[in-house]
Amino acid sequence: MQPELPLRPYPTRRSILRTAVTAAASAPLLAACVTSGKDDKPAAAGGTKSATNPLGVPPDAALEVVVFAGGYGDDYARKAEALYTKEFPKAKVDHKGLQKVGEAMQPRFVANTPPDVVDNTGAGRLDLATLVAAKQLSSLAEVLDAPAFDTPGKKVRDTLLPGVVEDGTFGTDVVALNFTYTVWGVWYSKSLFAQRGWTYPKTWDDMLALCATIKKSGIAPWTYQGKYPEYINDPLLSMAAKTGGPDLVKAVDNLEPNAWKAAGLASAAAAFAELAGKGYLMAGSEALSHTEAQAAWCQRKAAFIPCGSWLESEQKGVTPAGFDMVMGAVPSRSSADVRPVTAVQAASSESYLVPARAKNRAGGLEYLRALFSNESARGFAQSASTLPSVAGATDGLTLSSGLGSVRDAVTAAGSDTFTYRFRTWYAPLAKAVDDATGELVNRRIDAGAWATRVQKAADAVAKDSSIQKYTR
Amino acid sequence: MRHGRVRFLLGALLPALVLHVVFVLSPYAQAFYLSLTDWTGVAGSAHFVGAANYARLGGDALFLDAVRNNAVMLLVVPLVTIGLGLFLASMLHLGGRGGRRGIAGSGAYQIVYFFPQLLSLVVIAVLWGFVYNPNTGLLNSGLRAAGLGALARSWLAEPHLALPAVMAVLIWSSVGFYVVLFSAAIDAIPKELFEAALIDGAGGWHTFRRVTLPLVRESVQVAFVYLGIAALDAFAVVQVMTVGPGGPDGATEVIGLSLYRTAFTYGKFGYASAMGVALFFATLTLAVLALRGGRRERLELS
Repeated sequence: MQPELPLRPYPTRRSILRTAVTAAASAPLLAACVTSGKDDKPAAAGGTKSATNPLGVPPDAALEVVVFAGGYGDDYARKAEALYTKEFPKAKVDHKGLQKVGEAMQPRFVANTPPDVVDNTGAGRLDLATLVAAKQLSSLAEVLDAPAFDTPGKKVRDTLLPGVVEDGTFGTDVVALNFTYTVWGVWYSKSLFAQRGWTYPKTWDDMLALCATIKKSGIAPWTYQGKYPEYINDPLLSMAAKTGGPDLVKAVDNLEPNAWKAAGLASAAAAFAELAGKGYLMAGSEALSHTEAQAAWCQRKAAFIPCGSWLESEQKGVTPAGFDMVMGAVPSRSSADVRPVTAVQAASSESYLVPARAKNRAGGLEYLRALFSNESARGFAQSASTLPSVAGATDGLTLSSGLGSVRDAVTAAGSDTFTYRFRTWYAPLAKAVDDATGELVNRRIDAGAWATRVQKAADAVAKDSSIQKYTR
Repeated sequence: MRHGRVRFLLGALLPALVLHVVFVLSPYAQAFYLSLTDWTGVAGSAHFVGAANYARLGGDALFLDAVRNNAVMLLVVPLVTIGLGLFLASMLHLGGRGGRRGIAGSGAYQIVYFFPQLLSLVVIAVLWGFVYNPNTGLLNSGLRAAGLGALARSWLAEPHLALPAVMAVLIWSSVGFYVVLFSAAIDAIPKELFEAALIDGAGGWHTFRRVTLPLVRESVQVAFVYLGIAALDAFAVVQVMTVGPGGPDGATEVIGLSLYRTAFTYGKFGYASAMGVALFFATLTLAVLALRGGRRERLELS
């Protein structure tokens, strides 16, 4: 038997070096391939502006709309396209519903042939701050100041919920309009609480007292989506924003020195460290994905779970009948809090953009005007059971228990809504905060070390000249 | 006549060469070039920044975590996988009575060992994610059922257990392939050698140490290179399975994950390319070292 051994199973050093040298030598020749797009703007062919065509859309120009077809589907976007073609019957609308918007759009931005409207949403979305820095986005000021599509006497700007315009503002320009309105809070089952005689607490002390009662009854007081620590970050940062008010949030977002060492943040971090320290977090939560933790909560293994207002639609197939989930505002830390307990963290998402180099830029803007109309938003609220960012779109509709509680929270908050911008402005800082909070609620660091760590990360971002800075 | 030959050779080689240059060498070259720029991934242009991206790597704490974790994996994963692979392969061939044949049912074992190779790495990571679930997972449930509930852990959420848990999955998923590879190598060894060893009174360990191992050395060497490259990657398993991902707090961060996040979440394709180039040279060095280190004169069996 003759074993067959290959003669030269491996490359020699010489052949590897030769290959490497060839590759290096050809680099300058090929280098231009990736970034070869030209940076000049196309001449956007404008139509004539009039009362019925306030943005001056060329009536026969084609319109290309790219929509994220995720949890909400993309039918609502098609309905808005129908509104558009009703105005401009000669326009051909090319609709694309995608799962991975970022992957598909990146080469088109690089080649400077982007579509006219992009819904930059979903796991693979493009980083907005990066797009802005690359001057790839149009200012949407024009559409905000145009008359609202179907609310006579109002501008588009005046029909939006508080915070929506700010959420899409980078620097001085509004570059994104977010279609859905998300509110963060702490969720519980109304029927479970009624059955046990528990009431949702207004202060953190009441929360801890209730947690003791809940734990005695054999249910874990809290669970959280441990695999993604940003979920438990939200109530922590909300609590701090209530204690410290708008100044605290502003200082954090503007990367001010020692912003993360503010008393409000320290006491909120201590509150969540205490929640963990007292054993009020369901055992094993730290390793559960969002689906696993939320399923456990729906099975009444835990009483509270922090989440945004998408929770109800996300849990559609899992929630038992009669569970009646509702969202409560994060309890107040102290009676000296700057903001009332009804204040909620709210932000709009599902970012619609009009690329700066879109062929039919005016058409893209006009499409946004149609999408953000009352008719379109109302249809969306009904089909997706999610709050759209158009004010009053849900008036008079019968809502499910979760969505109803979200709408009530928004109404109760009035103008007391807040949102942190650092997550979208400085993604590396968001990652640092998530990691630190994960360590905090697993009792591997204390509140002081948490603040020190996060402050260090914020300082690093502030010092890094390669990151574009924003202020509010 | 000679002329036609050259033309024929050129005709046969050129298309392949062109394809290779366009689809293999040019992406490499572009990555090298991009690593010297501040390209954001969406801009039409990029600015040349020299070696700034490389200078940055040394001060990036998360990247250094990743390098450390990849280094640990590089030490553990190939050694354990090859050790297990060699052990199982020898058992399948020589573990039976008298040391002349495999243990009973060795063919069936070989097929079963190969099963994980049939699954995509992502599927494996998802399945093991379920296995490691602290409350309902197979591992902790099994421990509790066996009365060893005290050993149950939150496998992926404890910093000192998360990386070993990830490595266990990498090893589990690759052992089967190397069992088959080493089996083929052992099959190629003339049976007389084993018989001679037996007659000389060599036990199982000595036969393995003195006969089997030297004769499958080339396969082991190739396995080291492949497993080393796999250990320097590990992106898919970490991305799907771990807390964060890459956590808790960087405990399972790997270079591939840092690179991915830097490019697609932070929009720093230039910096991410620098990570990629660094990883490329690490892998290249590993391959050269592994192959050179084992370069000894070949045994002649004839």
